[in-house]
Amino acid sequence: MEGLIAVLVGVLFATGTYCLLRRSIVKLVIGVILISHGANLLVFTSGGLLAGRPALVPSDGTVPPAPFGDPLPQAMVLTAIVIGFGLTAFLLALVTRAYEAVGDDDINAFRNTDT
Amino acid sequence: MNEYSLLLPLLLPLVGAICLLLGHNSLAFQRVGGVACASLTFILSLYLVYVVDQADFVVIQVGAWEAPFGISLVADRFSAVMVAVSSFMGAAVAVYALGEIDDVRLRKFFFPLYLVLIFGVNGAFLTGDLFNLYVWFEVMLIASFVLISMGGGKGELEGGLKYVVLNLLSSIMFLAGAGIIYGQTGTLNMADIARTLSMTPDAGWVTSSSMLLLVSFGLKAGIFPFFFWLPASYHTPPSTVSAIFAGLLTKVGVYALFRAYTLMFVPIFPQVQPLILVLAVLTMVTGVFGAASHFDMRRILSFHIVSQIGYMILGLAFMTPLALAAAIFYLVHHIIVKTNLFLVSGMVVRLKGSCDLAKVGGLLKSAPWLALLFFIPAFSLGGIPPLSGFWAKFAMVKAGLQIESWIAVTAALLVGVLTLFSMTKIWAEAFWKEQPADVDAQPLRNPAGHFAYMVVPVAVLAVSTILIGLFGEPLFSFSERAAAQLLNPQEYISAVLQSQVEVLP
Amino acid sequence: MKYFILKEASRVLFPALLVLSLVVLYRGHNLPGGGFIGGLLAAIAFILVGFGNSMKRAKDLLRLNPVQIMALGLATAVLSAVPGLLFNAPFLTGEWLPGFSLPLLGKVHLGTPLVFDIGVYLVVLGFVLHSTFSLARLADIQMEEEKS
Repeated sequence: MEGLIAVLVGVLFATGTYCLLRRSIVKLVIGVILISHGANLLVFTSGGLLAGRPALVPSDGTVPPAPFGDPLPQAMVLTAIVIGFGLTAFLLALVTRAYEAVGDDDINAFRNTDT
Repeated sequence: MNEYSLLLPLLLPLVGAICLLLGHNSLAFQRVGGVACASLTFILSLYLVYVVDQADFVVIQVGAWEAPFGISLVADRFSAVMVAVSSFMGAAVAVYALGEIDDVRLRKFFFPLYLVLIFGVNGAFLTGDLFNLYVWFEVMLIASFVLISMGGGKGELEGGLKYVVLNLLSSIMFLAGAGIIYGQTGTLNMADIARTLSMTPDAGWVTSSSMLLLVSFGLKAGIFPFFFWLPASYHTPPSTVSAIFAGLLTKVGVYALFRAYTLMFVPIFPQVQPLILVLAVLTMVTGVFGAASHFDMRRILSFHIVSQIGYMILGLAFMTPLALAAAIFYLVHHIIVKTNLFLVSGMVVRLKGSCDLAKVGGLLKSAPWLALLFFIPAFSLGGIPPLSGFWAKFAMVKAGLQIESWIAVTAALLVGVLTLFSMTKIWAEAFWKEQPADVDAQPLRNPAGHFAYMVVPVAVLAVSTILIGLFGEPLFSFSERAAAQLLNPQEYISAVLQSQVEVLP
Repeated sequence: MKYFILKEASRVLFPALLVLSLVVLYRGHNLPGGGFIGGLLAAIAFILVGFGNSMKRAKDLLRLNPVQIMALGLATAVLSAVPGLLFNAPFLTGEWLPGFSLPLLGKVHLGTPLVFDIGVYLVVLGFVLHSTFSLARLADIQMEEEKS
């Protein structure tokens, strides 16, 4: 299962990079989204996938019963997803405004501030 | 009571931002509150430096969750001095903002965002947890994203788009690197990661995760070859915003690089050292050549950020006590001077309506005091004694000579000369030559605030540059103590992990 | 865009959704739920009124400005950190009142994590409504442009 997910992470990173290298700024946003999903999936599976129980401590014990999943990657991914969601929303708004200001969605039109 | 010395400079900007949000209808309250809060943060951060210098470390286990399970906030001398100098910039630029930031921007929550930016920067300096560092980066970035694209003009949106996309990519790489480290070590506490890595035999994933972090922090710091977004975006927003970005944001990347390679990745540092050395030299050289090819004041200054970052990374690459002390001294000097230069460029825009060197001239005659205020930071940046830049460069070159890294030293000296050339170019064009007759240079119409608000912070920063140059000894010995701490990560680890809990990987 | 069914439904659903959001907020410490989801539910209640009736009506029901709600939420979250400091424990330490029983709710535990969650609830509510009202205003401006 880990192998399959690793391939999926690779595919997400590859397609994301491909979209980033396209000339349309909308594809730029899509690329960023795909890559961030790839990173989230990487974090989620980095601790190893385990078909275990949730890490809940029973009311009469002090440790959760043995095969339990690590809750921390899930908490991290949740944080990262929320942050990524907010930033993507901001990026979309920015792209819309930039498109209105520049009047073109070709990245080559965005060279006025370059060096 | 030490706990408060760490918490207050961190929380005060947040509390201030909340108060400003609550009273967002009154612009006068925004102005007064923003400046007051930024200044108070600076004063409290000085207290933090004092406490840390006495106690070596201030550690808080947030929510009483013991390290390595909870999040630790850690202040050692390096992070304390970074908090202090960035809060100093926060206070100075907040005053400057009164003169430049107009009512429209104030209504769009300029000051709350500004305080959130300082909150994020201070948090990044003070956290002892890798994932928490990622969150602080995001806090800082979200505020900076809005600040850079707030005006909604064509240039700002374009520059903002480049800035946002590249910084998002760098955050994603950071997340991936942190994920790999967590997967292999089972911990996110930086001290605990350092302890675990020092026990693991050399493994491929350590190098790959360290490279992911190097790319991520390098992108934020603007080192070669990841710097291109910086000169493409820093000249677009108002000078207030560029100045605070130039002073603080790239330095957070530099700080994170230092933290990563003096704490977590110490075991693999010998392998990475040649790479960092090459990157540092190339950063210095490309930055300064980029600056030499430009003719707009703010673009020249943006490229100089890149080249100066090279000097600091050079200190990391040398990794001797003197080199690290020089790098810390350099950071302090550079933050003050670079912020100051961007602020001066804003004053030039105010007086002449532009900072394109082809359109501006004759400032020496029309505003001789401004010429003086430019002269001090510019030639400090170039490394003229007795200003602060001279001592910073001198210490760095001496550190390079000690370990006989001839190429790096030659590059450092050459870049110093070229920096001086750029500064002389600005001096000759903007200040010395006559105002070009065919260009109608008018002062900005409808300035937002009184000009004195812009002069005072610039003068204060210039005076502090001179003071550091003339009486730099206490600061340099502090930097040496901070460097000694950085070179002995065992102290940091045992300070954070007071209760030695064994963690199952 | 006035739909009769939506308008009538929003009248009934508005209080129901608000109560639901509070329930979700309260049970969040140990069960699925919490400030984030509660805040979203409460925002949905206001948005429903906004679509069914009018955005102005939703703003009137809210009384406070969304930005102020956000600020209040942040302030509440920061305040939840203070009791820990008063008891000489590290920052953000959870402090609990002794549990007591109430009819309907059963055993009640009140503590600073709940205060923090209330802060999150208010921030989310304020943020979502601020965005929605801004978008609605944009849509109004566009519609007027199309008319004229």
